[in-house]
Amino acid sequence: MTTAAKKEIVLDVKNLKTYFYTQEGELKAVDGLSYYIEKGESIGVVGESACGKSVSALSILRLIPYPPGIIVGGEILFQGQDLLKTTEEEMRHIRGNSISMVFQEPTTSLNPVLTVSRQISESLELHRDLDKIEALQETIRLLKLVGIPDAERRATDYPFQFSGGMQQRIMIAMGLACSPALLIADEPTTSLDVTVQAQLLEIIDDMRRRLGTSVIIITHNLGIVARYVDRVNVMYAGRMVETAPTEELYSNPLHPYTIGLLASVPRLDIAKKKSLRIIKGLPPNLAHLPSGCSFHPRCDYAMPICREKYPPMEKVGENHYRTCFADINKLKKPQ
Amino acid sequence: MNDVRLIEVKNMYMYFPVTAGVLQRKVADVKAVDNISFYIKQGETLGLVGESGCGKTTTGRCILQLWDGMKGDVYFEGVNLPKLKKEQMRRMRRNMQLIFQDPFASLDPRMTAGEIVGEPIKVHNLASGKEYRQQVEELFRMVELEPFMADRYPHEFSGGQRQRIGIARALAVRPKFVVCDEPVSALDVSIQAQIITLLEKLRDELGLTYLFIAHDLSVVRNISDRVAVMYLGKIMEITQSDELYANPLHPYTIALMSAVPIPDPKVDRTRKRIILRGDVPSPVNPPVGCRFNPRCHMATDICRQKEPELRELTPGSEHWVACHLV
Ligand SMILES: Nc1ncnc2c1ncn2[C@@H]1O[C@H](COP(=O)(O)OP(=O)(O)OP(=O)(O)O)[C@@H](O)[C@H]1O
Ligand SMILES: Nc1ncnc2c1ncn2[C@@H]1O[C@H](COP(=O)(O)OP(=O)(O)OP(=O)(O)O)[C@@H](O)[C@H]1O
Ligand code: SF4
Ligand SMILES: [Mg+2]
Ligand SMILES: [Mg+2]
Repeated sequence: MTTAAKKEIVLDVKNLKTYFYTQEGELKAVDGLSYYIEKGESIGVVGESACGKSVSALSILRLIPYPPGIIVGGEILFQGQDLLKTTEEEMRHIRGNSISMVFQEPTTSLNPVLTVSRQISESLELHRDLDKIEALQETIRLLKLVGIPDAERRATDYPFQFSGGMQQRIMIAMGLACSPALLIADEPTTSLDVTVQAQLLEIIDDMRRRLGTSVIIITHNLGIVARYVDRVNVMYAGRMVETAPTEELYSNPLHPYTIGLLASVPRLDIAKKKSLRIIKGLPPNLAHLPSGCSFHPRCDYAMPICREKYPPMEKVGENHYRTCFADINKLKKPQ
Repeated sequence: MNDVRLIEVKNMYMYFPVTAGVLQRKVADVKAVDNISFYIKQGETLGLVGESGCGKTTTGRCILQLWDGMKGDVYFEGVNLPKLKKEQMRRMRRNMQLIFQDPFASLDPRMTAGEIVGEPIKVHNLASGKEYRQQVEELFRMVELEPFMADRYPHEFSGGQRQRIGIARALAVRPKFVVCDEPVSALDVSIQAQIITLLEKLRDELGLTYLFIAHDLSVVRNISDRVAVMYLGKIMEITQSDELYANPLHPYTIALMSAVPIPDPKVDRTRKRIILRGDVPSPVNPPVGCRFNPRCHMATDICRQKEPELRELTPGSEHWVACHLV
């Protein structure tokens, strides 16, 4: 994404803060997150469990349950419009029309008592103004597109009659029904086999190329991100700690957490007995964050200042930013 | 590691009945494990991979004699386990333990971590009193947990810590053989690496032999000496781990490997991708001939007619493949 021509920015998130008020106290699930995504671009959001990936996506759609959650600050500019200042009525129109989300758990997102074709057709009738027959034809086309075999016949089946992988594909078909400008796929994959994962991500990637959809892929899997996205945002404890174009992030990671994460992933192309390098300790509890840089208790490079101040976002290369005090030249890179 | 076979499985089958109607009449079988044979050498780790539902867990449980309907032979140090009497098997069980995938569901929430880890010691009457407490403490240290944590309950631990408790419990009876059933699948990447490193350390220090089950080929490559690839109840290929990755021969292994992304865009871009079409067929009616044929990009007529046997490429190569075209 380094073309000189200025691309259209579809989504621009600025200093987003989403907190939950729980028994343990204030939990800063997303704390000062900023990023943008261009038309037709795909970005990956990676980070370990509970670092705020889903909450940041749900915030975009204003689906944070209140109580206990509340978006306490920031701006979410979608096609120029601040979604945090939009009425609920308009938001309903945007959801499933210009922004679609494929959720973590397909079983909880598909309506169990409606046939698959009812669910998709309804969305088409509502958002694309198709009549019943057109909607059914479009539904079957979409089901074929996501690789449901025998789509004509199976369209009238109920969700439970499909395997988990097929339910995921149906979710994607639903997500695409309205040709959204932005598709958010939240961990579409971890519970699935790699073979099914590959099929689904190919479908999403194909859509992006043909329709210019912008895509956000949220995942734990650094491998998936390497294959399918233009840019990667690494999150740790509710904040973005590093962002860079995909190739740059893998060849030149500059935050100790990113470096550790890359070294923790077993690789198919590297012989065994080259034992993994490990990040010590556990991710922090977001309701009781460490002082200063949240990563400092686990960091091999931590210095006194890391305990006192949160490092500012620093530019370290073309489109490459990180939040860390450590000297770039002293970081040990993974092999 | 030496060449002594600790485990030898011969023609093992496990069919689960499918019942229907109020009388629960048997109408068909889920052929979860359908005639498989392999061995695991003393001190070695055999990885077992394959897509969900292919029979990995069933294989592990059958070796441990945890399913009544299992058929075939399972030799442990030369003793054929299915032939043992109940009481003999109970004593044998000490030698072989299981670590589960789900560190949340597999620990009794009403017991403290110390009680969970110590329970097998009591069941097998291995120690009591002060010695018992010392052993539990020692087990905690072995899995790198602080002994003072023994009084806490499972919900007070993180996923990775619970998996450590599960490992300590499995090791309490000093087993020789451990089935690790997807021990890291439910964990975060950084915690996965911690647990895999721990399992390797324990294997080397205690001379354990593992059957390591996973659906992630990269995890398996990392920890295993040899790897078996399973598909719909059958073993399709089995060989040394480095050989499998350098020279995969079964079309299923090749397709499975190509689906695994490599976390390095420069390397990943150069790889050939074979997208497997469709879903895994039902294990109730596996396809005739080679059961992979409907999804195979190389299938020919013979593949649709005759089931290929698992055969060794050249005698002594220890590279076994079940494919007509190899
Ligand atoms: N409804 C809620 N009430 C209270 N806390 C919540 C709620 N939803 C999320 N959180 C908290 O917000 C934090 C971020 O959660 P989030 O679901 O965004 O994590 P994630 O990065 O998507 O993790 P995973 O990879 O496990 O899906 C967590 O600490 C979580 O416990
Ligand atoms: N107790 C049971 N009763 C009936 N069918 C069973 C039982 N246990 C397993 N099966 C079936 O046997 C087949 C193999 O299951 P198994 O659990 O061994 O697969 P697996 O390879 O471990 O899959 P996963 O990766 O999802 O854990 C599946 O079709 C499953 O539905
Ligand atoms: S700021 Fe300090 S503690 Fe945080 S990652 Fe950088 S070096 Fe480590
Ligand atoms: Mg999530
Ligand atoms: Mg299993």
